[in-house]
Amino acid sequence: MSSKIDRAFYDIGHLDTLADGDTPLHRLDPRAKLLTTVVFVVSVVSFGKYEIARLLPFFLYPAVVIGLAELPLGFLLKKLLLVSPFVIFIGIFNPWLDREVMVNLGPLAISGGWVSFASLLLRFTLTVGAALLLIATTGFGAICMALERLGTPQVFTVQLLLLYRYLFVLIGESIRMTRAHSLRSFNAKGRITYRVFLQMLGNLLLRTIDRAQRIHMAMLSRAFTGEIKIVRQFRFGYKEACFLGGFGALFLGLRLTDLTVLLGRLVLVAVGK
Amino acid sequence: MHMADALLSPAVGTTMWGAAAATTVYCSAKVRNSLDDRKVPLMGVLAAFVFAAQMINFTIPATGSSGHLGGGLILAILLGPYAAFLAIASVLTVQALFFADGGLLALGCNIINLGIFPCFIAYPLIYKKIVGRQPSSARLMTGSLIAAIAGLQMGAFGVVMETTLSGISSLPFSSFVMMMQPIHLAIGIVEGLVTAGVISFIWQARPEILEKAAADQPIGALPIGKVLVGLALVTAFTGGILSWYASEHPDGLEWSMFKVSGQEKLAATDGLHHTLTGVQGQTAFLPGYGFKSTHEGDSGRLGTSTAGLVGGFMVMLLGVTIGLVLKRRSKGDHSHSHPHDHGHSHPNHHH
Repeated sequence: MSSKIDRAFYDIGHLDTLADGDTPLHRLDPRAKLLTTVVFVVSVVSFGKYEIARLLPFFLYPAVVIGLAELPLGFLLKKLLLVSPFVIFIGIFNPWLDREVMVNLGPLAISGGWVSFASLLLRFTLTVGAALLLIATTGFGAICMALERLGTPQVFTVQLLLLYRYLFVLIGESIRMTRAHSLRSFNAKGRITYRVFLQMLGNLLLRTIDRAQRIHMAMLSRAFTGEIKIVRQFRFGYKEACFLGGFGALFLGLRLTDLTVLLGRLVLVAVGK
Repeated sequence: MHMADALLSPAVGTTMWGAAAATTVYCSAKVRNSLDDRKVPLMGVLAAFVFAAQMINFTIPATGSSGHLGGGLILAILLGPYAAFLAIASVLTVQALFFADGGLLALGCNIINLGIFPCFIAYPLIYKKIVGRQPSSARLMTGSLIAAIAGLQMGAFGVVMETTLSGISSLPFSSFVMMMQPIHLAIGIVEGLVTAGVISFIWQARPEILEKAAADQPIGALPIGKVLVGLALVTAFTGGILSWYASEHPDGLEWSMFKVSGQEKLAATDGLHHTLTGVQGQTAFLPGYGFKSTHEGDSGRLGTSTAGLVGGFMVMLLGVTIGLVLKRRSKGDHSHSHPHDHGHSHPNHHH
């Protein structure tokens, strides 16, 4: 179990290291990447529930981003797999409930339910993948800054930054607590009972509240006025406009016209069918 | 349970986003106007606490499964509704980005499901009424348990409503409700027991923390009604407009496409006309757009779908190739330099 904690801890740190990369994509203004991701997700989600073919071209975007930003594909796929159970759990009912045959591939009859289930998995991969790519190319601090520039209240963004800053400290603390517990409880094999759990959590909470007070005093003595100033400067220049405009137009184009059928027809004609 | 992008329609997603954003703005103004900037670090750090706490699981006897803290109710008790709502929203934002929980469009739904109900209904209307100003362990237990169960039941119902309204899952409303509510009854009981236990611990160790938290929000002074009425109006307004739009035209984008193509058809050459009928044929192939009718020839429809799939796979392959090429090229560019060796600071080292 403690390996699970270590794993989650490692994963956040790893995404953060990826965001520290220095590629053209990492250097783009975070607002451009945030808005492009939003257009992407809305375009993908707006397709009908049985759509498969027209979702496939959208993999162009993650492929380009992974390529340009030099991201490790295996790591991202593993993260996707980890969170897939809920969507699979809900989606797997589709084949049971929707048995009407939709496509006949020779002797194989495929029901509408399986088609919509496949579509659901594609949507899941694209949308969740887009969120992971955003964080892996931008980093949390920059996303907070973009949110603030786009009109999010400052109380919220300052609070988000603080949450992120202290996430690592507190997770480290809870890892040390569970490790200490498992070292002292050979018979329980690291399992934590309800009573012990409450004491651990209560202690963690007390330490957290004390820490928050110390943080606040330290911030006040360094002239904290309610806003956090970020030294890094961003500019929404022509590169950003090209990125957002180009991908935005591509997504809308893929959504409004059906390139896939045209292209597929061309190929089928070319091979003489 | 987190709502997911893949189960959402754009109309439902954007409506919930609007409602979540409006509530965030309102709560931020409330926290700022209370001139209590002491709270901002406390909010951030307590939100981080929820993460850390979720990493510790306890074994539920005789079931083999394990439980942990959800966190909504405990934040409401320690911070009061407005600050707690912001803290929960930030927890969900981090989860959506780093843990891939749900996704960006579903974030609005998740903030409403897991933020509004515990902060503005379960805490003020249930927990506070039961626990009152003089907590006892029995009151803490009953209050937390009922508030946590009620909050999670409403949240689960929210997931069901959003999923059903979106129509991506084929699950009928009734069986989805029958599935979600009992699961969340169990989750709610665990959440209530943990919240009550931790709050009792704090109350015994440092009662002044709870007294201060309770004193910060005078009972009865909360304009919960205003918040709820405002929220209901926003939701009804946007939801009403969007659903009218969605039902009148099965899909807003599809509809605008046909409107555009219809106008173009008047002046269209044969080639363009052919293309557009191809587009229409493809959309008609898709279910929900009259797929299941069989008055057309099967071979034609199958032909279109094959073409679509072939084309789709080709573009996907193209994308993968582009990605690989870009990756190889950029690796070549950087082979002599070490981009990750620069002195970038890492949050890990920033304690």
